[in-house]
Amino acid sequence: MKILVPLKRVADPDNANKVKVNAGKLETTGLEWKPNPFDEYAVETALRLTENGANPKARLGEVIVVAFGPKETETTLRGALATGADRAIRVDATDDQLDGDLVARALKAIAEKEKPDLILCGKQAVDGDSNQVAQLVAEYLGWPQATFAGSITSEDDKSLLVIREVDGGTISLRITFPAIVSVDLRIVAPKSVKSKHTADTHTYADGVRFAALMAIMAAKKKPLVEMKLADLVGADTALKIKYNSFELPPARKAGIKVKTVAELVEKLKSEAKAL
Amino acid sequence: MSNILVIAELHDGHVRKSTHSAIAFARQAGSTSPPSTFSILVLGQGAKAAAAEVTTFGAAKVIAVDDAYLANPVAERVAPTVAAIAKSGGFDVVVVTASSFGKDVAPRVAAKLAAGYAPDISSVSAEGGKLTYKRPVYAGNAFASCEVTTAVQVVSVRQSEFAPAEPTGGASPIEDGALAAKDPAAERVEFVALGEAKSERPDLGEAKVIVSGGRALKEKFAEVLDPLAGLLGAAVGASRAACDAGYAPAELQVGQTGRVVAPKLYFAIGISGAIQHLAGMKGSKTIVAINKDPDAPIFQVADYGLVADLFTAVPELVTELKKQT
Repeated sequence: MKILVPLKRVADPDNANKVKVNAGKLETTGLEWKPNPFDEYAVETALRLTENGANPKARLGEVIVVAFGPKETETTLRGALATGADRAIRVDATDDQLDGDLVARALKAIAEKEKPDLILCGKQAVDGDSNQVAQLVAEYLGWPQATFAGSITSEDDKSLLVIREVDGGTISLRITFPAIVSVDLRIVAPKSVKSKHTADTHTYADGVRFAALMAIMAAKKKPLVEMKLADLVGADTALKIKYNSFELPPARKAGIKVKTVAELVEKLKSEAKAL
Repeated sequence: MSNILVIAELHDGHVRKSTHSAIAFARQAGSTSPPSTFSILVLGQGAKAAAAEVTTFGAAKVIAVDDAYLANPVAERVAPTVAAIAKSGGFDVVVVTASSFGKDVAPRVAAKLAAGYAPDISSVSAEGGKLTYKRPVYAGNAFASCEVTTAVQVVSVRQSEFAPAEPTGGASPIEDGALAAKDPAAERVEFVALGEAKSERPDLGEAKVIVSGGRALKEKFAEVLDPLAGLLGAAVGASRAACDAGYAPAELQVGQTGRVVAPKLYFAIGISGAIQHLAGMKGSKTIVAINKDPDAPIFQVADYGLVADLFTAVPELVTELKKQT
C-alpha cells in the first residue's frame, strides 16, 4: 500500500493560550513549532497500515510525507522520516500564500503524480481549526472520503473499513482505493488500526511512536525533494478566503470559589438564576 | 443582497434542530438593504414530509429532494445534488451547520462550485452588502475576521454561537428538487452501518444543562454523573482524557475537536481544564467546576468553583437539589 500523508507544522498547541494579537495581527512568537497532532496521528496510522506490528522496522509499502512551508519546515518532515516514513516532499511556500483550497489543489497535483492508494491526513490543523483539506482534495480528485476516522481495518489491498466518529455515535464506511481518510484522536489507541500484516493479538502502545536516535540520524539520509507551488497549481494561486484581522476572545469575568455544596446551590439559584 | 441556500440535516425522517442555527445565519446575513432571501434544501429519504417542518421560518421556498439514494449521510451522494441545486437556483451563499454532517459535506460542495469556504464561523456581518465572518482559531484563543473572495460562498456555522431560529409563521411553498447525476466517487463508498449511541438524554448540541466529567471519575463515571444529569434533565459530556481512558464513549467528548457547546449551565466535574477542553465549553453562560485541585485551570473560567472531592460533593449536590424541589 502506498500512502501519502500531508503534514502541517503549527504553533505549540498546548500553549495556544499564549497567542497574542498586535494591531489586528496574530503573533505566535515564542511558541515552538510542532507537527499538527492530528497529522502525527495520520503518520502513525500510515506506519501501522504498512508494517507487521511485531517487526515495525520493515516497511511493507511506502509512506510519503508532504509539507508546505519554508525551508525550516523540513524539520517536521525529518521528524516523520525518523519514525519510519520513506521519503518526503516539501512544497516551498509561506503561510500567507496558502489557504486550504490552494493546499488541496497542490495535493491533487502531487497525488496525480505519485498515484498513492491512500491519502491519510489529520481531520484538522489545530491552528486554523478549519477541517477542510481532506474533503477538498477528495472532491478535486474525484475520490471517496472517510472523515474523522476513529478506527481503520485494512481487509485487502483494495479497500478499507473505516469507523467514523460523528455527532451522537459512529458511521462505518467501506471505501475503495484510491481514497482519502482524515483521522480523529482515537485512531492511535492500541487497537484502532488493523492491518492485514499484523496479528490480531498485537497491541500497539497508546499514541504515536518516538524515533530512536539511530533512526533520527538515518532519517537525514532519506530522500527529501523540494517542489514549487507554481509547478503544482500553475498560475492560479489566488486565495479563496482572506483573513483581514484577528482579535482576542472577550475575557470571562472572574468567578468565585464557594465553600460548600449548599452555597453553590444557593448561588446558582439566586445569583446566576441557572436552576 | 444575497440569495442564500440553507442545507437542512435530516435524521430519522425529521429536520435536525441544528438546522435552525443555519437558518439563524441566513436571517442575519440577509438583513441587508434590500433584504436577501433564503431557501431551505431538505434532502434525504422522507425529505418531502420533513420539508413541512421548516415552512414557517420565512424561507422563500423549501426545496425537497426525496430519494432513497440519499437515505444515508454520505458526502459523495449528497454533495452533487447540493451543488446542482445551488447552481440552478442561482444561490450565491450555501450554508450548513458545522455538525459532523456539515463539516463532511460542505468542503466537497465548495470544491464543486469553485467557491471559497468559511468553516465553523461564530458570527456574520452584512455591512455594506458584503459578508464578513468571525471564526475561532487556535482552539478559540483568537478570533479571525475573514471574507470569502469568490462570487459563490460556502459557509458552515457553529451551532453554539447561532441561537436556533424561531418560526415566524407563514407558509413557504414546498417544491420538488431533482437528484443530480451520480458522482463516480460515490460508487467507491459503501455505507456499512450507523452506530447510534442510545441515550435518553438530550443531545449535547441542544441541551440547556450539561454535566461533564473528567478522568478523575474513573470507572464511576456514569454512577456519579447520571443521578445529577437525570435530575437536571442534562446532557452528559466528557473530557478527552475520560474518553481516551475508556470511562466515557467518544461521542460525549466536549472540546476543540469534539463537540463545541454553550449551554445555560455547564458542570465540569473532575476536569482539569486543558486548553482543548476549554475551547469546547467556555461559551457556556454559567460554568461550575468541582475539582479537588485548587490550582486546576478550569477554575479560571468557572463562575463558581468548589474545591472538593467529587465523589462526596456530587452526591451531596444531588441531595441538596432534591431538597429544593
